Amino acid sequence: MVSLFDILGPVMVGPSSSHTAGACRLGLMARAILGGTPARARIRLHGSFAATGEGHGTHRAIVGGLIGLSPDDLRLRQAYDEAKAAGLDWEFEEVDLGEDAHPNTAVLDVERDGEKVSVTGASIGGGRIEVTEIDGFPVSLGGNYHTLVVLARDEPGTIMTITGLCAAQNINLATMRVDRTGRRKDALMTIEADSPIPDDVLEELRDFEWLRWVRRIEKIA
Amino acid sequence: MHKSIQSILSEAAGTGRSIPDVVLRLEADESGVAPDRIRERIRHNIRVMRDAIAEGLEGSLRSPSGLTGGRAKRLHDNGPRLLGPRVTATLARAIATLEVNAAMGLIVAAPTAGAAGVLPAILISIGEFLELDEDTLIDAMLVAGGVGGVIAHRASIAGAEGGCQAETGTAAAMGAAAVCWVGGGTNEQIETAVALSLQGMLGLICDPIGGLVEIPCIYRNASAAMQAIAAAEMALAGCDFPVSADEVIDVMGEVGRKMPVAYRETALGGLAATPSARKLVQIQPSRTPTGISR
Repeated sequence: MVSLFDILGPVMVGPSSSHTAGACRLGLMARAILGGTPARARIRLHGSFAATGEGHGTHRAIVGGLIGLSPDDLRLRQAYDEAKAAGLDWEFEEVDLGEDAHPNTAVLDVERDGEKVSVTGASIGGGRIEVTEIDGFPVSLGGNYHTLVVLARDEPGTIMTITGLCAAQNINLATMRVDRTGRRKDALMTIEADSPIPDDVLEELRDFEWLRWVRRIEKIA
Repeated sequence: MHKSIQSILSEAAGTGRSIPDVVLRLEADESGVAPDRIRERIRHNIRVMRDAIAEGLEGSLRSPSGLTGGRAKRLHDNGPRLLGPRVTATLARAIATLEVNAAMGLIVAAPTAGAAGVLPAILISIGEFLELDEDTLIDAMLVAGGVGGVIAHRASIAGAEGGCQAETGTAAAMGAAAVCWVGGGTNEQIETAVALSLQGMLGLICDPIGGLVEIPCIYRNASAAMQAIAAAEMALAGCDFPVSADEVIDVMGEVGRKMPVAYRETALGGLAATPSARKLVQIQPSRTPTGISR
C-alpha cells in the first residue's frame, strides 16, 4: 500500500529511487537476513542494474546497505571506503537471469562466521523492494515489517504453533504466507509482524523436530 | 491514500474540513501514526529540501558522470534578463535540487528522485514570496501528497512505466495544487490547477542521456515548476477547464501505457539516442567497480 511518505519522500541519497535507494535497501535486506554485516559478498547484477548501475551509484548503494548504511546516509558516497573499514570483502559480476526476472534484480551471496545465505531481490520502484528468493526458496519480502521466515516439514499444527508463540509474546501479525514444495515435504512460512520477534520465539521454535530452518529479519530503514 | 481527486473534494465538502486535514486524517488512520508526528516528519522533509537547494546553488558539486553541476548557480548569477527575479529563483532552485541528486546528495524524492526538484522549488519560492510560515508549507505538502497519492493509484509516478509525464508531470500537478491552496484557492480551483498543470505535461517522454538522472532531467524539473505555477495562477484567476482532474490523470495513465518502451527510461530513444548524446556518454570514464576487493 502506498503511504503519504512514499509520495512526499523518501528522503534519500540520489540519484535514483530504484537504482540507488532501492539498491541500498536490497543490501540492507541481505544483511538483515544474514543477521549482521557480512565478511564476504558476491553481488550479481541483472538487467538495468547491470546496464546503468554504475552511473546511478547502484554498486556503492548495495555495498553500503550490506554494511548497514540506510538510503538517507550520505556515507553512501564513500561506501567502498566505509565497507573496507567494516571488514567487508566484495565482488561484482553481471548476470543474465532471463526475461522473466525484474530488470532491477540483484543476487547477493553473503557470508559471515561460517554462515552463508543467498538472497535474490528486485528494486520495484520508488525505493520499494521485493526479496523473491532466500537460498532458492521463493518468498515475498518488502523489509517494511519485522519478519519471521520458517522452513518446516509440512505437517498439521505447525502454523498454529508458530502463531501461538507469537500470540504469547503479544506480537500482532500483519501478513502471513504459507507455501509448500509438496505434501508432507517442506513448507515455507513468511510472517510479517508489527513488532520485533523476540529471541524466545526463535529458541522455542528450534525445539520442534519439524523445524528445518528459521530466520528472523529485522525491519530495515 | 485517496483514490480520486473527487473523493478528496467530496470528503472536504461533506465534513467541512480543509484538504490538508482530510489528507492528514486518512494517513493517520492508515499508518497508525499520530497526526502531529506526521506533520513533524513533513517538517523534516521540508528542511532537507531547503538544505538541498542551498547546496545546489553553492555550485561546486559535480555528478560522478560529469554531466551536471554548476548550472543552478550559473542561472542564479546571470539571471534574470526577461522575467522577474522570482522566476529565475524558482528555476534555479529546481535545477539546484536535481544537481544535488545527481551528485549523490540528500534529496526528498517527492514523488521520485528524478522529479525531486519541482516541489521544493515551488514551495520554498512561493513560501518566500508570500512570507508563509512553516505550518502553512506543511499544509501545502499535505495537499501535494494527497494529489500525488491519487496519481500513483490511478496512473503512475514511474518514468519506466509512464514516461516523464508520470514523474515531472505528477510533481507539477502536486505543486500546482499546493500553491493554489496557499494562494487561497477554493477546492474547485485546486482541482482545476491539477487538471491544468497535468494536461500541459501530457505525452512528455523519459529519455535521459546515458540512462542517467541528469540531462534533460534538471531542465525538465525547472520547466515543470513553471508549468505548475502557471496552472495555479490561471486557476486562481478563474480560468476553468472542462475535463476533470481525475479524467486528466486517467489520460496520463493511458498515454503512459501506450508509450513505446524506447521513451520510458530505457535510454533507447528520444534525446538519449541522438548522435550528440551518444558521443557525450561514450567519453564518460567507466567507473564499474567490478572486481574490487580488499
